[in-house]
Amino acid sequence: MSGQYIAFFVLALIALGGGIFMLNLNKVVHMVVALVFTFVSIAGIYVLLSAEFVAAVQVLIYSGAITIIMLFGIMLTRHQDDGQSTGSPLRKAFALLGTVAFGAVMYIGIRTLDFGSEAVGLHDKNTEQIGIAIYSKYVIPFELASVLLLVALIGAVILAKKDDKEAGE
Amino acid sequence: MSVPLSAYLVFALLLFCIGLYGALTKRNTVIVLICIELMLNAVNVNLVAFSKYGVNPGITGQVFSLFTITVAAAEAAVGLAILIALYRNRKTIHIDEVDSMKR
Repeated sequence: MSGQYIAFFVLALIALGGGIFMLNLNKVVHMVVALVFTFVSIAGIYVLLSAEFVAAVQVLIYSGAITIIMLFGIMLTRHQDDGQSTGSPLRKAFALLGTVAFGAVMYIGIRTLDFGSEAVGLHDKNTEQIGIAIYSKYVIPFELASVLLLVALIGAVILAKKDDKEAGE
Repeated sequence: MSVPLSAYLVFALLLFCIGLYGALTKRNTVIVLICIELMLNAVNVNLVAFSKYGVNPGITGQVFSLFTITVAAAEAAVGLAILIALYRNRKTIHIDEVDSMKR
């Protein structure tokens, strides 16, 4: 059993444990904190897959920005009552059944999937490779992503700002 | 001997199932949003895994996952803005009380 296996199992255990905790905890803030563990260990999985730049982006965006923005959302809304789902148990059972059925079908499909090929040299100068790929082959999607971010920024501000008519009434 | 591709895929599948179950059963809309983020993250794991062990291994999968992360961040910001506008108008963030189109 090599070190890569041990690292994979530890990271996968932490990530799935964070997810299970998220499903079972009662307080909303605790759920978000449990998911931080998941996001950080997914960054570790990216390092195992020799994607160091994506790992750094994962830590910055997911365990930094998105967690903070979700905490803002929780703090700005009413969070005193717990996030416990009090829906009918029948509905929960159906959701569980559907999820398990989906997982089983997908598991049968991917259980023995192996293409036998492995990329070499992804890890040396990883950021440089990504930069060359983005600025030579994917320039237009890159620019579109910047437009998308601008649209999301303006749209979020307009959606969340107070309505002038309502404030005047 | 490295970890096989199917191990990463099964890991991503389990994460996706956790996110799907949470998004279907949780009442708090913030938690539903963050469960959707978890599902997108599982898809990113798949993309990066295929970029190392896929049919044509290369850097492309990592570039794809970067674009996915960008779109996911934009989606989280807009979703949260919608949530705050909803909270201002309806004074609730419970997803089963947002049913004015069902009445």
